[in-house]
Amino acid sequence: MSAVAPRPGDPAITPALVAEHGLNALEYEHLVAMLGRTPTFTELGIISALWSEHCSYKHSRPLLKTLPTTAPYVLQGPGENAGVISIGDGLAVAFKIESHNHPSAVEPYQGAATGVGGILRDVFTMGARPIAMLDSLRFGSLDSPRVRYLFAGVVKGIGDYGNCVGIPTVAGEIVFDGAYDGNPLVNAMCVGLMHERDLIRAKAEGVGNPIIAVGARTGRDGIHGASFASEDLSAASDAKRPRVQVGDPFTEKLLLEASLELIKSDYIVAIQDMGAAGLTSSSAEMAERGDVGVTIDVTKVPTRESGMSPYEILLSESQERMLVVAKRGHEKDVAAILGKWDLTAAVIGEVIAEQVYRVTEGDTVVAEFPGSRLVTDCPSYSPEARESPTVRGLREADPTAVRERPEEQDPLWTFEQLLSAPTIASKAWAYRQYDSTVRTNTVIGPGGDAAVLRVRGTNKALAVKTDCNGRYAYLDPRVGGRIAVAEAARNVACTGARPMAITNCLNFGNPTRPEVFFQLKEAIAGMGEACRALGTPVTGGNVSLYNESAAGAVYPTPVVGMVGLIEDLSYVTRATFRQDGDAILLLGEMGGELGGSEYLATIHGAVLGPPPACDVAREKATIDALLEAIRSGVVSSAHDCSDGGMAIALAECCIADPEAESGAEVDLSRWGHLPNRALLFGETQGRFVISSQVPERVLTIARDAGISCTRIGTVRSGSDALAITLAEGVLRAPRSMMRRAYHDTIPGIMSRAPERAQQAEIGVGGH
Amino acid sequence: MKFGIVTFPGSNCDYDAYHALTDVLGEDAVYLWHKDHDLKDADVVVLPGGFSYGDYLRAGAIARFSPIMQEVAAHARTGGPVLGVCNGFQVLCEAGLLPGALVRNANLQFISAPVRIRVESTETLFTNRYEKGELLKIPIAHGDGRYFAPRAVLDALEGEGRVIFRYADARGNTSADANPNGSERNIAGIVSEHGNVLGMMPHPERACSPLLGSDDGVRLFESILARVAA
Repeated sequence: MSAVAPRPGDPAITPALVAEHGLNALEYEHLVAMLGRTPTFTELGIISALWSEHCSYKHSRPLLKTLPTTAPYVLQGPGENAGVISIGDGLAVAFKIESHNHPSAVEPYQGAATGVGGILRDVFTMGARPIAMLDSLRFGSLDSPRVRYLFAGVVKGIGDYGNCVGIPTVAGEIVFDGAYDGNPLVNAMCVGLMHERDLIRAKAEGVGNPIIAVGARTGRDGIHGASFASEDLSAASDAKRPRVQVGDPFTEKLLLEASLELIKSDYIVAIQDMGAAGLTSSSAEMAERGDVGVTIDVTKVPTRESGMSPYEILLSESQERMLVVAKRGHEKDVAAILGKWDLTAAVIGEVIAEQVYRVTEGDTVVAEFPGSRLVTDCPSYSPEARESPTVRGLREADPTAVRERPEEQDPLWTFEQLLSAPTIASKAWAYRQYDSTVRTNTVIGPGGDAAVLRVRGTNKALAVKTDCNGRYAYLDPRVGGRIAVAEAARNVACTGARPMAITNCLNFGNPTRPEVFFQLKEAIAGMGEACRALGTPVTGGNVSLYNESAAGAVYPTPVVGMVGLIEDLSYVTRATFRQDGDAILLLGEMGGELGGSEYLATIHGAVLGPPPACDVAREKATIDALLEAIRSGVVSSAHDCSDGGMAIALAECCIADPEAESGAEVDLSRWGHLPNRALLFGETQGRFVISSQVPERVLTIARDAGISCTRIGTVRSGSDALAITLAEGVLRAPRSMMRRAYHDTIPGIMSRAPERAQQAEIGVGGH
Repeated sequence: MKFGIVTFPGSNCDYDAYHALTDVLGEDAVYLWHKDHDLKDADVVVLPGGFSYGDYLRAGAIARFSPIMQEVAAHARTGGPVLGVCNGFQVLCEAGLLPGALVRNANLQFISAPVRIRVESTETLFTNRYEKGELLKIPIAHGDGRYFAPRAVLDALEGEGRVIFRYADARGNTSADANPNGSERNIAGIVSEHGNVLGMMPHPERACSPLLGSDDGVRLFESILARVAA
């Protein structure tokens, strides 16, 4: 070991400074014991980033280990930049989801844009070419100008970045709920396609190999972004806006092309994005995976401005930068590839035999840690988990006891309210701003159940979707965790795809609070149950904790990003009715559960009752039956029945696709024992609305699988309405009304107010 | 026939054009690098969509100064066919090979949507395989696609039959509602004085497969083949 002395001008290490760096007493003791001395300011900064929740997963690691992560086709599970699965023909898919909640809460445009940039880099550093982006977004109520400002900014940020790089944004979800008022959730997922032979891991290897910084120069932006993302949002968060990085999609596009060329070139052994905690985490993680030592000289790092300290260079989160471990002797070849794309490459360090993580400033050592397990050496925690009695009370409340409003006498009123609820209504206002057709693979774009992308050179396609119902997870995190996986699987299956694997993004509050840790623990357990039953392992993901503002924690929101495989393009199935005279069938039970429903939330402002039951074995059997019917060629359309229940699913089948509208006649009178609101708007799980020319075949397949299936109506292309016969009377919804409610709601809201709230109105968590 | 597809830094539809020309049409195509002065004996030059040089300063404003553009301009001056799509159209206007300019969409948002365009003339190198008045379903994806030119220029374009495509509704009406971006006179595509340079905002290379929603773009490329091969 070499001598490490404080750098002139560095602040003294005091308890206050340690606290400011987010280390608790236990962690600081651990650090001192590890070093055998007081850390330097630079070392404290490094550890502050690496042991932040964002980088270290210190509250979630033990829980995440319980998730299933293997299958014969999983080529890379958790622990890398992205998970990778094989899809046959020598091809593989790399995919991952990541949150950018905190930056987006204070600076929506750049926060969301850099979220897209970061996840793109995680995928192309595996050797895959990104082929699709998805975005799972949650905002507060659109009644608030601040929320409209956040929504507009996030959507524009996602669009401007992805559009410029030239990766289609094809799917996702957008939910509006007061629970996200002070703390929006912005989760971005990227899917990439590669040859299995090009798979590369971010593992530093080979003593003497050079470590090279490539891409953009390092500036003072985003310093402490990882730590910022690991604390609650407060009124003071606004002052941390400078911690939000600024994205440059043009440089990203160049970096993408250069990186893929590098990976194919055989000149490098490892490559990783300098993402959260920048140079620090990328170098420490690569060293840890390779179980080697590294040394880095910060004076060799190309910077945007002079006079940057080692602390700043190490912790900068300037965007569009990569760290590469090259093969010794190929430094010039690497530089030549970067040079072709007008990017720079600088050798900043090397892999060493000594088990040490060392940072120098010229010849002076400014930080040095023994061992190679800097990240996982962080203490991990399993704090107390205890359900909030308030939430238990809400769950145990009886939803049928909620008195109907007088307007509900006419179910058409309720129907229109729900169809125009922002969470249900069409999100075309947002996705029209995303290029969804570039790269010419998009078979089904945004607006369907899942997006479908063809795989060139094969007869296969991929189906991708993100899902989560935070209200369910709030009322019962275990059931909510199960449903997030099951719903994503159903959505993917509706297109004809077999669900293959998931990536997850766990958005929760402050884990040191027992009720939050309970939610985290239960939701992960529920996800694990569903993943095991459905045969969809978790190949990676991201945990975002401390999603809290003055208004409290967000709903626990364990978002699932699912990838499914369509074995034959002829199986590709759409959500909306296709053909006049087709029979309409319900695959699954009618049920009628109202707990945690969109109906209760929108019509009654009530979040209560047990969320719908989710029997994961039955979900699997229902999905298998649907896929068998699709592969038999007897399914014209298939749509998952979820938010808003049966009536909303039927409406979407009629009018969601403006290019292929139709009417329908449906008879639900056989379920006359159910109250209208439960029948029409209940959210029982495991249900599909299918249309078919040969319903007998579908009925037979379902019967053989032991799954309930009922013919409920007929597609009427020429009809100008959806007519649902009830035990008493008929709900007749004109197409013109449905079209207006579904398609015009969000554009109407977004045009009625100034798109950007004045800065003066901004105060995170202030209301 | 050989197509040359220019790759500027930031081009992102070059691959889509390559795929349409080689895999769908079975033609020969090569990429042309922006730093080169070599058209590699291409008979037809394609300036693809994307964000050349990040669209910094103004869409297409920097790309026009790249080395390859000197060769593209020379090719166009001698009657060689040039097709500019989306960012390619913007580059052609910036380079003075087509009149007018593409400015920010009227709603100030990026618009990605399938649209319909009406074929206004079948007398050109690029449209001889279409019917006059035919409606084509072709996607747009742009933030700066609002065609603008002074009235005298617009009148001249109309008078010379150089407006080739207009945004239209499903019935073929070129109404304001059918105009996605606020283009003057619903203009979606124009040709140069001698008809050998076409600029258009919609993406014909994205409309080459029924699987992806439309193959109305295929005949645009077949039109070029019919005329240039003849």
